[in-house]
Amino acid sequence: MVKDMTGAAQRSALIEKAAEEVQGRSLWQDARRRLFANKMAVASMIVLGIIALMAIFADVLSPHAYDEVYWDYIGVGPMLENSHWFGTDANGRDLFIRTLYGARVSLMVGIVTTLVALVIGVTYGSIAGYFGGRIDSLMMRLVDVLYSMPLMFFIIILVVVFGRHIVLVFIAIGCVEWLTMARIVRGQTLSVKRKEYIEAARASGVSTPNIIRRHIIPNVIGPVIVFVTLMVPVVILVESFLSFLGLGVQEPMTSWGVLISEGAAQMENAPHMLIFPAVFLAVTLFCFNFIGDGLRDALDPKDR
Amino acid sequence: MLSYAVRRLLEAIPTLLVIVALSFFLMHAAPGGPFDSERVLPPEIEANLKAAYNLDKPVWQQFVIYLGNALQGNFGPSFTYKDFGVSELIGTGFPVSMRLGLTAILLAVLVGCTLGILAAMRQNTRTDYSIMGFAMIGITIPNFVMAPLLTLIFGIYLGLLPVAGLGDGGMRNLVLPVVALALPQIAIISRLTRGGMVEVLRSNFVRTAHAKGLPERLIIWRHTLRAALLPVVSYLGPAIAGLVTGSVVIEQIFGLPGIGRYFVQGAINRDYTLVMGTVITYGTLIVLMNLLVDLVYGLLDPRVRYD
Repeated sequence: MVKDMTGAAQRSALIEKAAEEVQGRSLWQDARRRLFANKMAVASMIVLGIIALMAIFADVLSPHAYDEVYWDYIGVGPMLENSHWFGTDANGRDLFIRTLYGARVSLMVGIVTTLVALVIGVTYGSIAGYFGGRIDSLMMRLVDVLYSMPLMFFIIILVVVFGRHIVLVFIAIGCVEWLTMARIVRGQTLSVKRKEYIEAARASGVSTPNIIRRHIIPNVIGPVIVFVTLMVPVVILVESFLSFLGLGVQEPMTSWGVLISEGAAQMENAPHMLIFPAVFLAVTLFCFNFIGDGLRDALDPKDR
Repeated sequence: MLSYAVRRLLEAIPTLLVIVALSFFLMHAAPGGPFDSERVLPPEIEANLKAAYNLDKPVWQQFVIYLGNALQGNFGPSFTYKDFGVSELIGTGFPVSMRLGLTAILLAVLVGCTLGILAAMRQNTRTDYSIMGFAMIGITIPNFVMAPLLTLIFGIYLGLLPVAGLGDGGMRNLVLPVVALALPQIAIISRLTRGGMVEVLRSNFVRTAHAKGLPERLIIWRHTLRAALLPVVSYLGPAIAGLVTGSVVIEQIFGLPGIGRYFVQGAINRDYTLVMGTVITYGTLIVLMNLLVDLVYGLLDPRVRYD
């Protein structure tokens, strides 16, 4: 009897010691380690960070104003003397600062709109997934109907109808792009709700807030984060598309879509006007895609 | 199969109704009308104008009138192209857009599948990596960037192809627009094909086929391709939607007189009837194409049951 007691005490001491030696790693630590092991993703984060910093400190980096017209330099290529590093556009405005202002608009549209879509999609999807049954099938039927529609055209109609204001572009794209988000969140909620580990946690007396915090949220949020990163480039693209058509950001403000459209019109005599904004847009889209792919690989523990 | 097709066709009706209703009411919620101009019109003339376009009736009544006319293929008069009906404009634009779109989707499927199969057969070799790298570029660079770049290289620097317009209507004029339109889809389709092929090549029935001693060529053509191309077929619906959206920009860039151009012009000029007519045409096209794709999918995949 006494011997047994000491044996048990020894064993528990051993277990404690082992636990101290092997530090437990949470899902997030694991994910971070895997993400930082992905060279493309890290490189993309650095490049994107540089572009974002350039956008923020645009006015410090260039002596020119984005809407200042230089009559002597109209549509000239890159030159160093006057610090028109990217040359000037067809109206004689400095292209470097305009490209960076375009970056501001594009990044802002990407992030704000994604947040709009995130809020709508997560709310809608989790309600449908949580209640299930008839409410769920009705709500998802609506999503299906909206899905089979040419949504780009609705964005354009929204912009045409309510004027070409930048905030409206945010809202219009966000209102349209939440559909996939709702589907993902609903599917995750449905499947996580019935998982055995939730059952097990409940059976071993874990409280509901703790179950939600420790088990449901981490399992729902992974795919959502991945989708959010992959959605930012889509939104940036849509905004550029609208601006390219002349329906987005209005003069003298600019965005990459506007710059590319202007560049495309002048490409015979001033190809730099097309190339610089196009490169910035393409690099940004690349970066977001690589980060999204990296996050997906990092957050999916099943796919090691 | 037939009853499934009919049921799907019936299901498409509410979707189309929602499209028409949404665009109609959105258009009418717009502040400002098509007759707002610097010049103030005498009230009688304005009233006459409104009566001619039925704008004096309540909105729901306008909607019913519009719906009835649209069902008969009459989308009303265009507000900006005063002498033309919207149906006429769409009628002239449609063949151009259709030719562009169909050629692009054919090219996308042919080239995309070939590249995907090639990459899967040479998995993890240099061929594979370069095809997938190309696909990544094709996916991330939007076609409104790709189109001017292609024109710059092939039209202006090399002078090989016409830069814009339909010219004499020959295929030469369509090469650049079709390629620019098809490139993103080629990229996506090649990725899908490669993914499908890689998965199927590892499956049990392919191993059995190898064990039976069937020649490689036969295994690929008979066993692998059919299963591997299923994701591609189910992607065709979104692909068509993507092509339709892309064609708006491509027609604008290359100055092709298709419906995409009318749509953009209508949107910029607030030409309600023209915009609605084009949106309804696009909507119908996409809904019908999705239906067609689903039916083809059912034919190809024996696991799909209609009930």
